[in-house]
Amino acid sequence: MSRKVISSTTKAGAAAASTNLLRVVDLKTYFRTERGTVRAVDGVSFTLDRGKTLGVVGESGSGKTVLSRSIMGLLPKRNVIREGHIYYEGEDIIDYTQDQMRSVWGAEMAMVFQDPMTSLNPVMKIGKQITESLIHHLHMDKHEADETALSLLSSVGIPEPAQRLEEYPHQLSGGMRQRVTIAIALACGPKLLFADEPTTALDVTVQAQILNLLQQQQRERHMAMILVTHDLGVVAGRTDHILVMYGGRVAEFAPTPVLFSDMKAPYTEALLKSIPKIDYPSHTRLEAIPGRPPDLINPPPGCNFAPRCRYAQPRCLKEDPPLMEGPTPGHLYRCWFPVGTPEGQEALARNEAAGATAAATPVSIRPTNVEEL
Amino acid sequence: MPARSPDSSSEPLPSEESIFAESGDLATEITGTADGDIKVIETLHDLDPGQIAAEDLVKKRLGPLFWIAVGWFALVALLALLAPILPLQDPKTTSSCVRCSASPEHWFGTDTLGRDIFARVVWGGRVSLAVGFASVAFGIAIGGTLGVIAGYFKGRIEAVIMWAMDVLLAFPALLLALVIVTFRDSRDVGNIILAIGIVAIPPIARLVRASTLVHSQREYVTAARALGASNARIIWREVVPNVALPVLSFSIIGVAVAIVAEGGLAFLGLSVPPPTPTWGGMINDGRAVLDRDPFISLIPCAVMFLTVLALNLAGDRVREYFDVKEVGL
Repeated sequence: MSRKVISSTTKAGAAAASTNLLRVVDLKTYFRTERGTVRAVDGVSFTLDRGKTLGVVGESGSGKTVLSRSIMGLLPKRNVIREGHIYYEGEDIIDYTQDQMRSVWGAEMAMVFQDPMTSLNPVMKIGKQITESLIHHLHMDKHEADETALSLLSSVGIPEPAQRLEEYPHQLSGGMRQRVTIAIALACGPKLLFADEPTTALDVTVQAQILNLLQQQQRERHMAMILVTHDLGVVAGRTDHILVMYGGRVAEFAPTPVLFSDMKAPYTEALLKSIPKIDYPSHTRLEAIPGRPPDLINPPPGCNFAPRCRYAQPRCLKEDPPLMEGPTPGHLYRCWFPVGTPEGQEALARNEAAGATAAATPVSIRPTNVEEL
Repeated sequence: MPARSPDSSSEPLPSEESIFAESGDLATEITGTADGDIKVIETLHDLDPGQIAAEDLVKKRLGPLFWIAVGWFALVALLALLAPILPLQDPKTTSSCVRCSASPEHWFGTDTLGRDIFARVVWGGRVSLAVGFASVAFGIAIGGTLGVIAGYFKGRIEAVIMWAMDVLLAFPALLLALVIVTFRDSRDVGNIILAIGIVAIPPIARLVRASTLVHSQREYVTAARALGASNARIIWREVVPNVALPVLSFSIIGVAVAIVAEGGLAFLGLSVPPPTPTWGGMINDGRAVLDRDPFISLIPCAVMFLTVLALNLAGDRVREYFDVKEVGL
């Protein structure tokens, strides 16, 4: 019912919004804890067009998982503060009640979870878990739902799907289970799929298969996808836009090619450099980002990345940089001394000469990372 | 004696490759089925019957002790169930043969009033088993519901429910049952069930709540929610089936405890009133002549002991059996 309401309002809501499937404006998600308020997501904005993919990248604790769950409204109500706007098909869903969200969940938005070992009900047969939402949302009868489940399973690359329908999750391997969770998420044909670190719990050999499967399904179904990961390498070839998060805020947001060719945020650079490269000589030391993710309860003044940043200058410790637009339209970043600009190079050179940043983080001169054999 | 060169004397060592070539198939078979442990053992057994003995297959199952326990329990339950149609002597009719020892006529002898002990044990089993199962079922119905509600919704509802359970738990169990039985008008089986059932509520509620807390945090519950399932649906389809396993195996032991509790009440003369036989009541009847004819008390004692032991063994085994499966999940 309300699904129809949503789509009709969008049609009425004119062509301007027709490509914008999801528009998140200044979304804040705070958790009240005994130690204080944790600003897990602190003013994130972005837009996602129909059929496009967005990669959300950041290290553990950067708020990427909370961001996706906050958009989907899957966080508990108690001790959680959500502010801002989430326009889904032109309608602000941030204040939707559970009952209202129920018509959005599954049919409009769906989620693939991190760990397929725990995201399937261990005591329910695979087939049942898929058909449940088909019967519930799409009002199919049992027979129709069974057939749909069968074709879903074969479309996600599960061999002998008919037999799998009668099996329990523990009878499948991790990769197969993740395929099943993808099939469940896709069952009702959502327009937006969240994949929250869908490959973190899987073998390296299976990771690429699952990512390719997600990409293939996303294209075939013309579905928008938000791929949450800590690995820039994962999103490099698979997304249209990338949102780099740091400490609950947007560090950089850009179309994927722009981000890789012209990154501005030192955090993005540091993330990219921390990925091991196959053509490095052996025993090359990984360039880890020093320090720890920022305290989300009492953030220090200034830029939240400054204590760990190679470019940090006195200004970075006092003034919080706003989100600035880069040379390419739609390229947003948050930095006073962006990578690849004269100011940035000067700042880096100054820190390298001094051997430490303004935040007293030691800086070594690159490249010095080949250890003696 | 010419020194033998080490090369010629030693057996040619199998090359690494040949070792791995042989184990390769086995390894893939193992990894292929590594998800279910029973399957692995079975596969290993099929591949190489010498390496994995058949006993291992049994060990991974429920074991002979379990089946002996179930067998005993089934015998008692069957006799109790069929008591009205079995050619038993009337358990309430006295005879001239008082405190006779076992004979073909009276298999277990007769009690102080000359009643057939075998018939009384069988009829007494009806009361014991009915009370045991019905009171635990009552406890699960009430305690289980409260526990799921407390564990799933948390917050204030949970605080109130668990506070009530704590109050109920604070009463000594037998005393509480005593009070309930005493203040009910009649001491029929229904009231005994009610008394023991109420005592059974708090431990079951606590167990169910703890289990629900664990399962409602699991990701498949969030996943179900993300697919638009309602709370009621999540509770019924996702949480309850997962909570049911530990609760059901616990409840088998609960039945044993309830049977003992009924025996305690009967021993105190507070269960179903005589002349209806109950195991506890029979033990009490023989108490006065314990020094001369101990069998009058000991036979119902032994039957109750074996039945409770059988239930405990079976319950423990079932719990372990499902625990193993949980690990496999």
